Amino acid sequence: MKANCYIKRNKVEVQDVPEPKLINGRDAIVKITSTAICGSDLHLVDGFVPSMERGDILGHEFMGEVVDVGKDVGNLRIGDRVVVPFPISCGNCWACANEMYSLCENSNPNAWMAEKMWGYSPCGIFGYSHLTGGYPGGQAEYARVPFADIGPLKVPEELTDEQVLFLSDILPTGYMAAENCNIKPGDTVAVWGCGPVGQFSIASAYLLGAERVIAIDRFPYRLQIAKERAGAEVLNYEQVDVLEALREMTGGRGPDACIDAVGMEAHTPGPMYWLDRTKQAARLETDRPFALREAIHACRNGGTVSIVGVYGGFIDQFPIGAVMNRALTIRTGQAHVQRYMKPLLEHIQNGDIDPTFIITHRMKLEDAPHGYELFQKKQDDCLKVILKA
Amino acid sequence: MPATDQAEQKWNSQDGPQASMRPTERPTEPLGDDTRHNWARGTGSHQLAQALGWFSVGLGLAELAAPGSVARLIGVPDNEQTRGTLRLLGLREMTSGIGILTQPRPAGWVWSRVAGDVMDLSLLGSALTTGDARKDRVAAATAAVAGVTALDLLCSDQLSRMGSERQYSQHEPHDGILRVRAVTIRRSPEEIYRYWRDFRNLPRFMRNLQSVEPLGDNRSHWRTRGPVGSQIEWDAELTEDLPNQLIAWQSLPGAMVENSGRVTFQAAPGDRGTEVRVELRYTPPAGMLGAKVAQIFGKEPKQQLQEDLRAFKQVLETGEIACSEGSLGGLQFPQAPAQAPAELPMEILAKAA
Repeated sequence: MKANCYIKRNKVEVQDVPEPKLINGRDAIVKITSTAICGSDLHLVDGFVPSMERGDILGHEFMGEVVDVGKDVGNLRIGDRVVVPFPISCGNCWACANEMYSLCENSNPNAWMAEKMWGYSPCGIFGYSHLTGGYPGGQAEYARVPFADIGPLKVPEELTDEQVLFLSDILPTGYMAAENCNIKPGDTVAVWGCGPVGQFSIASAYLLGAERVIAIDRFPYRLQIAKERAGAEVLNYEQVDVLEALREMTGGRGPDACIDAVGMEAHTPGPMYWLDRTKQAARLETDRPFALREAIHACRNGGTVSIVGVYGGFIDQFPIGAVMNRALTIRTGQAHVQRYMKPLLEHIQNGDIDPTFIITHRMKLEDAPHGYELFQKKQDDCLKVILKA
Repeated sequence: MPATDQAEQKWNSQDGPQASMRPTERPTEPLGDDTRHNWARGTGSHQLAQALGWFSVGLGLAELAAPGSVARLIGVPDNEQTRGTLRLLGLREMTSGIGILTQPRPAGWVWSRVAGDVMDLSLLGSALTTGDARKDRVAAATAAVAGVTALDLLCSDQLSRMGSERQYSQHEPHDGILRVRAVTIRRSPEEIYRYWRDFRNLPRFMRNLQSVEPLGDNRSHWRTRGPVGSQIEWDAELTEDLPNQLIAWQSLPGAMVENSGRVTFQAAPGDRGTEVRVELRYTPPAGMLGAKVAQIFGKEPKQQLQEDLRAFKQVLETGEIACSEGSLGGLQFPQAPAQAPAELPMEILAKAA
């Protein structure tokens, strides 16, 4: 089968690889009809996540038709149309029992690797380096889905692939980011990053009752979508002083909650950016903290900083003093997708949200490398690339 | 005494697990500052590497900031050309120095110092033949660089050899080794005790074990699987059995590697299930190669126990052992393996057989 594989830094290639087979009793095989490229895939290809090997199949946002089930999968049948969540979760451990699906204690066969890096291991993830288990990803024709009795969500025929595909990752991620803000009536939420997750964070913040949402980015086309499709007030950080603007816009208080939907490859204008790029190259620092620092400084006293952008290692100069002295709450984590899939599916069916607004490019799986390039370089006003079978 | 007091005492007392670990052994540490400087602590070759690193940084700074003075010091003519060369050399020195001081594996960077030394020696050598050099100073500088080269060679050689020796820990000592690991499993102590008490279940999750057969009279016959179809076998007996609380076993005389184990089951707080603690002791005879021990107890015995307990938890909680695809012989574009073939779970081995 064809699959989009990591070759080396900044290079992916669609190659012919063997089709997956059932291994464990709770596995299923899904024939993939639609899949997408995630911003966090860019971190892999840009070389910021260790343990990638040549030939690893990428992709963790996918859906399709069940073509084979293991003997212990009771709730799925061949022919079912499902969306597959990116965290692989067993459903039986303490974390899964408490709905913290991205912290599943049993699904990472390389838990020892993650433990060395982070202390304990989170769940296994499709197509996200050997640190999270080395599972082949979903930018392919078929995928083996472990614990298929827990993860995949059956979706109704009347919704198109494009309408439900993002239940696999970015819609629940944006929603959890907003939920973590603990939004109360009258609240103002500021969102750094108008990529797909940022856009869904904006939409989710409104769904959860925010009075105002202010979005920050530097690409005019992304700010335009945030304004016209997601309904945010927008700030271009290359043109305005964001901290001052936020202070003035909120009557001197600061936003009640700040969402960092940027993550480890943050950008800032000026020489500080190049200092941090150098530090990264010399391995003195692994992640870039610009968006996070600004979000912390901007947040009102006692507010919440919700980190949903992906980080992997360490950042320099974290403003812990601001956090401590102003009693900020930090909430973060990989999205517990399984927790949100059903409620968000209902929102989609009710018309409360139309996730398709972020799709800008559709192409075939064979064109994945081109899709990566458009997405990475933000060319052709690219916001989200869908790959179809 | 109550369980928590017992646990505290174990970790704090002289006779606790830490006492029988050799001083250079540490539990797995999180990556970060500790690990980066882990290499710099303790052993002589790492202290030497650190010193060489700082020497490089200092020398590099001098060459970059005051190339004229350095030129005069070592006896070469002080002109724009030599200054330019010295600045470049200074840059190289700084890079080597920073590499040695900041990277977790400095061996390669120390080797880069050796390469630099060779370059320096040849430059100094040609300076000796130049007309307007201060020959006595050049000769002294050459002698100094030769001395440092010897140190660099010594250090990088030691570091390189240390890297490969770490795998089969030469720290397997002549006194007993103790491994202690704990895992919390979301099942009752009764269920877990029942599973472990039937020793025939152990190979399901202890990946180096091939089989454990009961022999009657609380004795059992254990077989391990080694690479290339080899086997090591021994007999063991049950020494303690408190239902739902504790199981202990001990190898019988005649075993190639004397070993014993003990597992306790204790209710975890709230609804978390059961805390399972395993202690494994083994005493390889003096002179036994690390490889033999590795065959019985896994390449990294400490890590192996942790992996086995993880597999135990998975079997009891989910009914299967998590795995991702590896290159099962002959795949053209293999998904790089998550685990080395000798450690694949049962299902894969059964299918590949």
